[in-house]
Order: sequence, then C-alpha cells, then structure tokens
Amino acid sequence: MTSQGLYVDGVTVTFDGFRALNNLSLLVEPGELRAVIGPNGAGKTTMMDVITGKTRPDTGIVRFAARDLTKLDEAAIATLGIGRKFQKPTVFDALTVFENLELALKAPRGPIACLRWVLSGVARARIEATMEQIGLAARREDLAGLLSHGQRQWLEIGMLLMQEPELLLVDEPVAGMTDHETEQTAALLRGIAGTRSVVVVEHDLEFVRALDCRVTVLHEGSVLSEGSITHVQADPRVIEVYLGR
Amino acid sequence: MNRRLVLMLCVLALAALPAFNALPADHPLHVPDFLVSVVGKWICYAILALAIDLAWGYAGILSLGHGAFFALGGYAIGMHLMRLIGPRGVYGHPVLPDFMVFLGYTELPWYWLGFDWFAFAFLMALVVPGLLALVVGWLAFRSRITGVYLSIITQAMTYALMLAFFRNDMGFGGNNGFTDFKELLGMPLNTGATRAVLFYASLVTLVLVFWGCAHLTQTKLGRVLTAIRDAESRTRFLGYNVTRHKLFVFVLSAMIAGLAGALYVPQVGIINPSEFSPGNSIEAVVWVAFGGRGTLVGAVLGAFSVNALKTWLTSVAPDLWLIVLGLLFVIVTLLLPKGLIGLLRRRGS
Amino acid sequence: MPWLIPRGLAAALALLLFLSAPARAQEYEALLPGLAGGFAQQAETVERLGLLGDPRAIPLLQAMADARLLRLADGSLAPQQGATPPEGATLIRINNRVRGALRGALGRLQLVSPDPAERSRAAEGILRNRSAADIPLIEAALAREAQPPIRARLELALGGARLASEDVAVRREGIAALGASASPEARGQLLAARAANAELLPDIEAAIAAIDRRLQLRRAAETVFQGLSLGSVLLLAALGLAITFGVMGVINMAHGEFVMLGAYTTVVVQELCRGIPELAPWSLPLAVPAAFLVTAAIGAAMERGLIRHLYGRPLETLLLTFGVGMILQQVVRLAFGAQNREVISPDWMMGTLLLPGGVAVTQNRLWIILFALAVLLACFAAIRLTRFGLEMRAVVQNRRIAATMGIRTGRVDAMTFAFGSGLAGLAGVALSQIDNVSPNLGTGYIIDSFMVVVFGGVGSLMGTLIGAFSLGLLNKVLEPYAGVVLAKVAVLVGIMLFIQRRPKGLFALKGRAADQ
Repeated sequence: MTSQGLYVDGVTVTFDGFRALNNLSLLVEPGELRAVIGPNGAGKTTMMDVITGKTRPDTGIVRFAARDLTKLDEAAIATLGIGRKFQKPTVFDALTVFENLELALKAPRGPIACLRWVLSGVARARIEATMEQIGLAARREDLAGLLSHGQRQWLEIGMLLMQEPELLLVDEPVAGMTDHETEQTAALLRGIAGTRSVVVVEHDLEFVRALDCRVTVLHEGSVLSEGSITHVQADPRVIEVYLGR
Repeated sequence: MNRRLVLMLCVLALAALPAFNALPADHPLHVPDFLVSVVGKWICYAILALAIDLAWGYAGILSLGHGAFFALGGYAIGMHLMRLIGPRGVYGHPVLPDFMVFLGYTELPWYWLGFDWFAFAFLMALVVPGLLALVVGWLAFRSRITGVYLSIITQAMTYALMLAFFRNDMGFGGNNGFTDFKELLGMPLNTGATRAVLFYASLVTLVLVFWGCAHLTQTKLGRVLTAIRDAESRTRFLGYNVTRHKLFVFVLSAMIAGLAGALYVPQVGIINPSEFSPGNSIEAVVWVAFGGRGTLVGAVLGAFSVNALKTWLTSVAPDLWLIVLGLLFVIVTLLLPKGLIGLLRRRGS
Repeated sequence: MPWLIPRGLAAALALLLFLSAPARAQEYEALLPGLAGGFAQQAETVERLGLLGDPRAIPLLQAMADARLLRLADGSLAPQQGATPPEGATLIRINNRVRGALRGALGRLQLVSPDPAERSRAAEGILRNRSAADIPLIEAALAREAQPPIRARLELALGGARLASEDVAVRREGIAALGASASPEARGQLLAARAANAELLPDIEAAIAAIDRRLQLRRAAETVFQGLSLGSVLLLAALGLAITFGVMGVINMAHGEFVMLGAYTTVVVQELCRGIPELAPWSLPLAVPAAFLVTAAIGAAMERGLIRHLYGRPLETLLLTFGVGMILQQVVRLAFGAQNREVISPDWMMGTLLLPGGVAVTQNRLWIILFALAVLLACFAAIRLTRFGLEMRAVVQNRRIAATMGIRTGRVDAMTFAFGSGLAGLAGVALSQIDNVSPNLGTGYIIDSFMVVVFGGVGSLMGTLIGAFSLGLLNKVLEPYAGVVLAKVAVLVGIMLFIQRRPKGLFALKGRAADQ
C-alpha cells in the first residue's frame, strides 16, 4: 500500500439489489495518469462517487494520502486534495469567470474566513495565470452562464487547477469538444500528470490513445483488464464485452 | 451612484414622517399618528424581509418559519415590557404579571429571570431565535434537507411553536399573549415622543441591517452562498463545508428576524401566539418574492408595497384582501419571477 | 344451578308466574282494585304487581308514581289524559311508602318489558338498587334477555345484589362474577364492599386486580383504535399528496383546501338530496364520486393553467399553490360563510359498537378506517392495473422516452394531478363526518400529511400507509402522557430526528432515481 496514491480495494456498492460496483480494486500511484474505460453501466461514475464521498460503499477500503475516505464527507475529501470534474460541466452561472476561479482557489473555506477574505496580489496573479491557461482571460467579467459548452468545460478544468489537488478525477472531459480542443485537453492532462495523479474516465478511445497511459477497463462493477491501450485492446475479454453485445 | 441617491432620499422621506407628525394637527403638512405607527410597523416588516431575503435570495434557503424567529424576538421584549408593568397590573401584584396571578402562579418561573433588565431581554431577542435556528438548521442542513423539505420542516417548526405558545402552562400568557404594556426604558408608551423614538430606532436598524447585508453579499461569503444556492453539491466538491455556511447565514438571518420582532412589539403594543401562525411566515416570503428576491432593495420594497396594499385594502374591502394576496402569490411566481425590481430594471434598460 | 333454587316467596311467585301466563292474567285483574285502597293495601298491591311481572301494569304504576292515575266513574283505573280529569273521576293519592314500593315494582316490571330501551332503563335502576332481594328477579330476567348490552348491565346488577346478600357463599359468588367483568362500576362496587367483607378481602383484592388488568387492556385497545382512526384520516389526507408530491414531485400547498372542497361538496350534495326523500339516505355515498370529480376537475385545471409553467421549480410551485389555496379558502368563506356547516351522518354510521371485552368503537370512525383502506386499495389498483397507471409510471421514470413511445405526457401530468386532487376530495368526504366543516378545515391537516409523506418515504404508497398509521398511533399513545399539543410537538420533533438517520424516509428510493 502506498502512502500517497489512491488505493481502492474490494469496494462493493448496491442500489436496490443492483450491484453498481462489485469487489472493485484499483491502485493509482502518485503522479500517475490513468484512463478508465468501460461500457455504460460499468460503474465508472459510481467509482468516482465513492472516491469523492458522494456515495458510501457497502464494503471495501478507499484510501488516499493514508486517510480513510469512507469516513469523510465531500468537502473534507476535496480539502484533502481530490478534485473532481463532472461529466456535465457544472460551473456557477450567476458568478463571473473570475469569481468562479476565486471560489475554487485553495484558501481557508470556513464562513468567517470567507467573510474576512481579501484577495491578495499573489492570488490575483494565480487566477490571471489560470485564465490565460484556459483561454478565458478576455471573458473574466462575464457570467459563467453566458459561456459556450466548451468554455464551460475549460472553466471547470481551470477551477480544478485552482484547487491544487493531489488527485484529479476527470469525467468525460472531451464530450462535445472539437478535435482541436480534444488534442489540447489531452496535452493539458498529460502536463498536469507527473506532479499530481490524474484519473480520466472516457468513452473516446482516440482520446485515451492520445493520453498514452495505463488503462483500466471496468465491466459490471469490477476490473476486467488493465494495461497499456494496445494490451487492453488485444484482450479477448475486452473484445467480447465491447463487441459481443 | 444614482441608486444610492434614490435610497438616501427614501430614507430621508421616511425620517421626516415623525417630524411632520409633531406639527400642530391643523397644519397642512401634519401627518396623523396612525400613519407614523403604521409605517413604523412596515419598517420592522422590511427588516424581517431582509432576513428572509438573505437566507432565500442569496443562499437558497426558503424558510417558511421566519415568523417564528420574529415572534420569539417579540416575546423576549414582550417579557421585558410585562416585567416593567410591575404593580400597575389589574391584580396589582408587585412581581407577577396579571396572567400569572390569574393562572395561580406563586412565583416567577425561572426562565423569566433577568428579563427585568432591558439589555438582557434585548440580548435574548437575538440569542433565542439564533439558538433555535442553530438547532433546527444544524439538524436539517447536516442531513442535507434542502428545497421544499426544508420549507416544510421550518413550517412545521413554527406550527409546533404556535401550538406550544397557545398553552397556558408554558408561562407566556397562553392565547392572550402579552399586552397592556406601560413603558419602555423610562418612556411611557403611546405618546408621540415614544412613537417617534421607536420609529427612528427601527429606521436606523433597517439602514444598518441593509448596509450589513449589502456588505456581506459583496464578500467572498456572499459568492459562496450564491454558489450553494445554484449548485450545492458542486460547492461541496470544491471543498466548502456547505452545512457550516448555510448554518451561518440561517442563524444570522434568524437573529435579524428576532431583532425586527423586538422592534415591532413595543410599537404595536401586543404579542400573541398567532404571530407564529404559518400563514404569517409565508406572507412575509411573498413580500420578498414580490419585491424581488436576491436583491436587498427588492425585499424592502416588497415589504412596504405589499403592506401598504394590505393596509389600504383591509380598510376598503376586507373580504377581498386574502384573494388579492393569493393572486399576488400567483402573479409573482408565474409572471414576475424577479419581482418589482426585475420589472423596474427591465424598464430601465 | 343456584338460580333455580327458590329463595323465598318472591322468587317462587316470579318463576311460577313466568311459566303460567293465563293464571298471571287472572291474578293481574284481581290485584288492580287494590291500587285504589288504603296506603297499606296500595303498597302491598304494588309490590305484588311488581312480582307478578305483567307488563300491562307498567303504564298504570308509572301514572301512579307521577300522581296521574285516576279512578274513573265506572271504578276502573286509567292514567289521566290532558290537563283536567274527566267528570266523576278521582285522583288516586299516594304516600312515601307507596312511592318507594312503586320505584321497586316499576324497576322489576320494566325488566321484562318487550321494549329494549325500557328494559335497559330498568336494568340501570336495579343496578343502583343493590338489594339481595332482587337476585331471583335479575336471574329470571337474565334467563330471557338476549341483548348483550342489557345482559352486561344485568350481570353487573346481579353481582352487586349478591354482594348485598347475608350469605357469605353468595357474596363470594358475587365477587367472582364482578371480578370477571371489565367495568369500572364493578370495580367501584368491590372497593365499596371491602369494609363490610373483611373475611372476603383476598377475594375482593384479586377481583379488583383482575378488573384492573382487563381495564388496562381495554384502554390499550381503545388507544390503538383511536390511533388507527387518526392514522386512517392522515392516510386519506396524505394519499393525494403521495401522488402529487411523491410521484410527480409537485408540492401542492393547496392540498388541504382540496380536502376542504371535498367536505363542502358533501354539504352541497346533502342539500340537493334533502328535497328528494328516496335519495336523502344515500347522500353520503353519492358525495364520494361527486367530491372526487369536483376536486379532480379543479386540480386538472390548476395543473394545466398554472403549475405546468413551473415544473422543475419546486419553491415557486410551493408559493403558487399556497396562493391558490388562500384564494380557494376565501372564496368558500365568502360563498358559504365562515361558520361551520352541519353534515348529517346517515343512521348506519351513527352509534357505538361494543366489541368483546367492552371496547367501545364509534361506528363513523370504523367506517372511515375501512374507507381509507378501500381508497388505498383503489390507488394501488389504479397505479398497477390500469393503462393510466402504466403511463403515469412511465412518465415518472423517464419523461423523454415515454414521450417518444407516444404517451402524451402533458395529459398524463394533468390526469395524475387530477387523481391526487380527487383523493383529497375523498378525504374531505370522510372528514366531514368527524370534523367541523369550515373554510379552514384543510389547514389543520396539511402539515401532518406532509409529515406522513416525508416520514414514509416520498414516492411510496406503502410508505404512506405505514407512515400514516405509525404517526396516528404514536400521537394517540403519547397523548395521555403529554397532552394533545405536546404529543403533536413531540411527533414533529421525532420526525425531524428520524430524518437525520433516514433522510429519505422509511421506504427510500436509492441510486440514480433518488438524485432527482
């Protein structure tokens, strides 16, 4: 067991008798980039929910940075350094791009701290830098609700970066993106990995190939196969699941 | 800038009322007594509206029980006013209020101790609603009770309190509540001077609360509350302990409501359990909705306009008031989601 | 068989005369003139008439006791009719001794009267008498009495009479008989008998303890019944909410007003039926479909006209429906007046049913429990078995796919809301039987009904059923200890604590479906 990475072992989740996760085990090293693929209903989103504290597992161990995540709530897990990007981009529509990033910025989170919060020069510079990085500097004062779908995706990734997480969970980041945007996103994620762990859930195999990383295939709530993308694609069980239907 | 000027003019216009009231009765600019006391009441309602708007408009917490916090604040000051009656009651008992003598109490219940000091009673007008909000809010927010569930729970809260306060053995005067107050801070009630003092105290409080809320909503806390209102779960995943933020604003809002109640009771001279009735709370919500929730000016505007309408209509066609109020609910939700302020702004731009 | 052993002349006479009717008739005629004799003869005659047991004597003795008995010119006796006695008639006067004899004789005679109400009154009289002399009489009456309530009173009277006996064995029998009952009066008699019966004290204490046990059981049974009754009312009021709120997610604060409209529909139907004698007894059954249709129509109109525009905005829906509720309430107040309207219950719903063990059950509440269960079954059937139910479930599960399958989702929404509103109307019919029909009838039930739905689990009829009955029972169990108001407060607080542990209620949906 590593002390820093993500360690998931024997996790089972049932909804009304349906097993969304079935004895799932997964190990992500610090700084690793990992892609998770699988057909609909394989348990990808449930896995994310369990790691980020949205869903409690019936049995099993989930550890990160030597902490038991099954005992913490979403906010505590987020402060521990796990950031999550949702499948459907969720940003705060009634706030500006700048304010969205400011809220995500790593800083004390309590109500009194927020009441007395004053934006420092360093923090402002960081927000500006991130806006440049995600290409939204020109729209800093616009309400997030006015952004296009792709821009919202980027804003959310930007918010994730502001959190300075140790582990990023990214759910279908390129859905609805153009090929060019997809390539940029792959480059961005590859760049982030190395200093932090990144877990990407994705359908798009081209995108996964572009990530050039270890791949985990989920099926019916457990790991079906794991290895490089070429290894996984040659695995007869994977072919069976993907093509046999 | 323009907006600030308009607000200041409004405050000045309100501040002039008691001054014109002090003019001789035959003076053309004389303002009758009833208008001063009615507007004084509306100012308290406006403070209550601000409290509701802070929780609902900014943090998305629709409480249908804010009337309970208002009433508790009123009861706290009411207890002080009852203690000040002293031996001037009908039964002439040196310590016990009339209703206690009538119900056969031999000594003051322990929870009445301290209310002979104004400072203590005033503190309790804030602390008691705050504590209730803390307990109810903590229970509700930590188990993620949101939206209509929270509304129903808070409505049940004020309903339960109403039933409880109707009981004689609670020691709060049963269904008659408190009335027949004599004085406050050495001033006899029901004189023009006292009325003016209470009026100005309410007006100053309204301005201060307005200013405080405006400041709060401009801070990062205000933005976090907006984030919680629009996407609570997302805010959690950003690492914000949503329960604590909501609790903070809910308790603050309850204390403001308590303050409004404390200013209200000396002006109307009575407090009874019907103040807890669920209908009162939801009516206050409609002031905010009608004025325009999520804007502080809207809340105040709503409180003044709906209550002005009520005062006028209940005198000319009392049977129609409830129908008009009901229609107001329908109009606000279907046609005026942003309230009067939204309408004015659309006109303006 | 102790009651066949004659104890003195009285019993012998009574028995003999019960058995030989012709002889009795002759003796009756022979005795009558004695009523007009001297006070001593009058008293003796009265006593003998009482023992004779001919019911024809009742009106005469009654008139005599009321000082209305006349001796007519032809010497016969008759009660005075009208204000003044006829020509030649004289009023028969009595003294206190005769009056005492009359009381006893009337009590005895009425015991064998053909009229059950009279027998019942007589049983009460003899119950208060508590004289050992009555034993054979009561035994004889018991032997022919068929009605359980009167039998119960007679048995109590017999126990009391035996307690007054000289004979220890008889008294012991009496104690045992009283101890076998579950009546507070028997308990009182036993308590009173303690001083005079030192030698029977252990028997008495045992009998009292036995009564106490039975009384406790009865109280428990009655609490359960009251709880079920309240539960059935809550179930009726909450069922509609379980549909509109639980299934559609539409929060309808006007639900209580729909209940109120159902009650007023009952009033109107009753008024309409009053003019037609054949229909009058059926006004309540007729009100059931009428109330359903009226409230369902108003519900459908409200859904199509207003609520539809606010789907996905629950807080706005809450305010809107509250406003509509306010309008409905005020309109009804202006149309029907603010005071309570009277609803007449049909005969078959009136009265009290005495269950074994002395548990008293009011008929109308029993009917409401049955009605609530029937409505629940109808709901299940409508949702599980009909085309409408199928479409409704389809729309709830996936609106878009249902629409692509050709289901007109808008129509289904309207019908579902109408269905839920109609159920509220049915609740109103039931409530009109036990609560005051006034414009604010509904306000008292709305919060409780929401509590039931939240407690039972949103979207589950089973949860609503169990939620309603458990809250009803809990309320009634707490009431004796805490009083009505505090019991209510305690239940509210209890629900708040309960949803700490199970935020989604008893029957929670889990997984993706629960996230909406």
